[in-house]
Amino acid sequence: MAVHTVKQVMESIRKRESKPSEWVERALERIERLDGRIGAFLALDEQALAKARALDERAPDHPLFGVPYALKDNICTEGLRTTAASRILANYVPPYSATVARKLAETGAVLVGKTNLDEFAMGSSTENSAFQKTRNPFDLERVPGGSSGGSAAAVAAGMVPFALGSDTGGSIRQPAAFCGVVGLKPTYGRVSRYGLIAFASSLDQIGPFTRTVEDAAWVLNAICGHDPLDSTSAPLPAEDFTQGLDAGVQGLRIGVVTDIDTTGLDPEVKRAVDAAVAALARAGAEVVEVSLPHCQYAVATYYLIAPAEASSNLARYDGVRYGLRVETDSLVETYERTRSEGFGTEVKRRIIIGTYALSSGYYDAYYKRAQQMRTLIRQDFEAAFARCDVIVTPTAPTTAFRLGEKIDNPLQMYLNDLYTIPANLAGLPGISVPCGLSSQGLPIGLQILAKAFDERTLLRVARAYEQVRGFELPVPDVEGAAR
Amino acid sequence: MVRISEDTVRQVAKLARLAVSDEEAQRLAPQLDEILSYAEQLQEVDLKGVAPTSHPFPLFNVLREDEPRKSFPREVMLANAPDTDGEQVRVPAVLEG
Amino acid sequence: MNFETVIGLEVHVELKTKTKIFCGCETTFGAPPNTNVCPVCMGHPGTLPVLNRQAVELALRAALALNCRINQDCKFDRKNYFYPDLPKGYQISQYDQPIGEDGYVEIEVGGERKRIGIVRVHLEEDAGKSMHAPDGSHSLVDYNRTGVPLIEIVSKPDIRSPEEARLYLETIRSIMQYCDVSDCKMEEGSLRCDANISLRPVGQAAFGEKTELKNINSFRFVQKALEYEVERQTAILRSGGKVVQETRRFDEATQTTVSMRTKEEAHDYRYFPEPDLVRLHIDDEWLARVRATVPELPLAKRDRYMRELNLPAYDAGVLTSDPGVAAYFEQVVAAGADPKAASNWVMSDLLGYLNANNLSVADSPVRPAQLAGLIAEVDKGTISIKQAREVFKAMCETGKDAPVLIKELGMEQISDEAALLGIVDEVIANNPKSVADYQGGKEKALGALVGQIMKATKGKANPAVVNKLLLERLGKPGGNA
Repeated sequence: MAVHTVKQVMESIRKRESKPSEWVERALERIERLDGRIGAFLALDEQALAKARALDERAPDHPLFGVPYALKDNICTEGLRTTAASRILANYVPPYSATVARKLAETGAVLVGKTNLDEFAMGSSTENSAFQKTRNPFDLERVPGGSSGGSAAAVAAGMVPFALGSDTGGSIRQPAAFCGVVGLKPTYGRVSRYGLIAFASSLDQIGPFTRTVEDAAWVLNAICGHDPLDSTSAPLPAEDFTQGLDAGVQGLRIGVVTDIDTTGLDPEVKRAVDAAVAALARAGAEVVEVSLPHCQYAVATYYLIAPAEASSNLARYDGVRYGLRVETDSLVETYERTRSEGFGTEVKRRIIIGTYALSSGYYDAYYKRAQQMRTLIRQDFEAAFARCDVIVTPTAPTTAFRLGEKIDNPLQMYLNDLYTIPANLAGLPGISVPCGLSSQGLPIGLQILAKAFDERTLLRVARAYEQVRGFELPVPDVEGAAR
Repeated sequence: MVRISEDTVRQVAKLARLAVSDEEAQRLAPQLDEILSYAEQLQEVDLKGVAPTSHPFPLFNVLREDEPRKSFPREVMLANAPDTDGEQVRVPAVLEG
Repeated sequence: MNFETVIGLEVHVELKTKTKIFCGCETTFGAPPNTNVCPVCMGHPGTLPVLNRQAVELALRAALALNCRINQDCKFDRKNYFYPDLPKGYQISQYDQPIGEDGYVEIEVGGERKRIGIVRVHLEEDAGKSMHAPDGSHSLVDYNRTGVPLIEIVSKPDIRSPEEARLYLETIRSIMQYCDVSDCKMEEGSLRCDANISLRPVGQAAFGEKTELKNINSFRFVQKALEYEVERQTAILRSGGKVVQETRRFDEATQTTVSMRTKEEAHDYRYFPEPDLVRLHIDDEWLARVRATVPELPLAKRDRYMRELNLPAYDAGVLTSDPGVAAYFEQVVAAGADPKAASNWVMSDLLGYLNANNLSVADSPVRPAQLAGLIAEVDKGTISIKQAREVFKAMCETGKDAPVLIKELGMEQISDEAALLGIVDEVIANNPKSVADYQGGKEKALGALVGQIMKATKGKANPAVVNKLLLERLGKPGGNA
């Protein structure tokens, strides 16, 4: 069965060649057929088809009208269980919806289900889900990346035309690279975080997974904008990110980072990224060398700031007002048992690191230094962007690794995020676009970064690359791969 | 050089209201030590006089007007609570006095 | 050895906003449990705080009234600790950049002014309320109060006696009420107080070991609890013992303080900047605008009443103890009444009536202009003071103006000399003995004649006019007509 882009679905509905319910049925059928092997979804919205049928009667009034989609299960949906893939929220039914979910509902897009993730978005493989493993549609023995692995796999396998994820240190871009789809992390503040179950508040950002760059622009149009419920949301007017997408790269300067750490970089990934840079140059871009001297400290900085914020953000899971409670006679014991049984190993590990980094006597040495380093990393980017319009790097140093390969070595897992983390620390927009397949048939991602709030240039370059890259990304043969 | 002992793990876990078994403490201590040792890199850099960044962008004064919005019905707000008396959330006795 | 008492107070004041500090839930006191709540103040996953502008302005006004230096660039921080009534597992507060720092208030102790330093004033959110089952089996939590805006006012250890502590607390309350920042109702918890107290040998600079007294819930108890602590610590030190640093609470039944015996657990609040809120920048224009809303404060007002209105210190003190009373008094004066007369009426009759009926001055059935009208009738001589008291009572009951009631009660005084002269002559004629006594030098005999005239006129005769007429007829006492 053919796999469709957001744009194809949109146009078909707009031209009244098809109805929303047909697309939702198709999505549900494909999920039914494939998801037993992939494990992308934690839950389906039983109302999806009914909602789509109600739309069938209406005239399409928005580009995303009738387009089925999925949400990472750390985005709250009123009346629909939202778990963050944690036992502690296994039965949590939010009394409200996230701003992005509300916005998408208003456009007429149809939510079909909630996707798997690393518990509380902490991880790079989706193996930290308390409920299930998600497999890479290109190779079922491999991880889809993470933490938004479910959303990436769902789009890669053609189960939905788009899905939303969240990106704190690469959690959209890295799984997009591993699964061969487009993954966009907008500028911090571009998309409201209201209703996104917080991991690290100063780094978290919601963004789309799509099959094409243009699709990403359509989804960003629908979810961006100032939200009075999120104090950190940027007070900017809505923009149309599909405008100027096809302007090409003639006259743009592409920054290549000279001092990036390449110790763990897979040669095949390096070759693909070099080829992508060459393709952009051929298309008319000027390639310039830039330096990001403090990015070598990005992972260390990130692994202090993110756990510190997380240790506080996750304090609310105490078994009092919602979520799991392991009842004992004593309050303190109830807290301790609830949290110990409710959280998985990686979450506990990060809570302990973060608590340590904030505790008295260590704050200045750890948290404060990390915040200072964050300033230097931001300044590095400011200097680099004075010389170029976008920066390109690999999204991840390797292609998708095997299930279980890194689960026992947290530091190795963290180091996998070294190319994606700097954009979160600096709040910049970044995108991963497929730039080839490895000899094993695994997707490779090209990361493009731009100045804050310059998603237009980011998307323009990504789109230009997509057109000159010279290959069609295959739809993974999930059923074949299982044979 | 950091040295995270099992005792440190237990103390910090206590602050974070996590119960850790001896086994867990034993496993976590070297892992945390490795991660924090990696973070020691930051000590190499001279950061004197560098302002800390707690937000990517310097927004300020995001304020709302003092206008009431309807509260949520009690039954909705208590629906997720593990234990209530119908009006209030019930918890094991809070020790005092 | 003699000891000096050193006290510092931490006062929490709930701000008078319509809605909570970070969400739109209302702050009404006494609502049924868990009805003023929403996902934000109940700390649901994914929710975010948005700061209430009015809370900032009230905190700013309070800090200015307490003579603080304003941190025009400040931020919020998270104070992390676990408690069932703290939904997020942290309290949003201000740590190293409070909105106000380094201020002071003046109190009056035994007629002398004394300055008590303020370390800081910061803005934060209140927690919910836990009720503990009497049998100790469980606690119940109500989140209505969660997220009500608070300021914490931390004094320097400048307070030297329990009485000063009470006076300081009363002064803080009065300033907050004047600024319309808070109701400061201790019984409703909108004003709460913790105290740190230590003793040191007179002349020693270093502080002694302190104890912290928690949640003292009335002005009287603040002084009582501290007095008890002074005695307790003195006894310990006199007997060569050591004061243990601990948290204690006041037991109302025994009028003593008791150790709270909390498990010795190091508090490590792990403060860090709140990433869900942005910085606060109070520019000069905003600051000036709020500064203009700080009203004349009680002590300044009191000085002015004494200086400009020639009121005795006692009157000025009573009238300025409550901003509503002061405002009422000023309106009576503005309506033309003599300040001292207005003061007498407000302090005795008005406050007496309001207190007896448990009313606040805002609920007074007699408006300031009406009271001024009553005072004018006395000044004109239409009625006597004694009658005016009766009229005032009637005004309280009916809300009618004084002239109307004077008519209704038939109280107009007779001041017409021609009308009174006949009665005066008649009384002189009928009381020769009194006349003779008076003329013989007994000045007091005149009173008897006045009494007879008043009796004959049913009390309506204007005593001043009667006096004048009698003197005209009888001449000076002891002299002969």
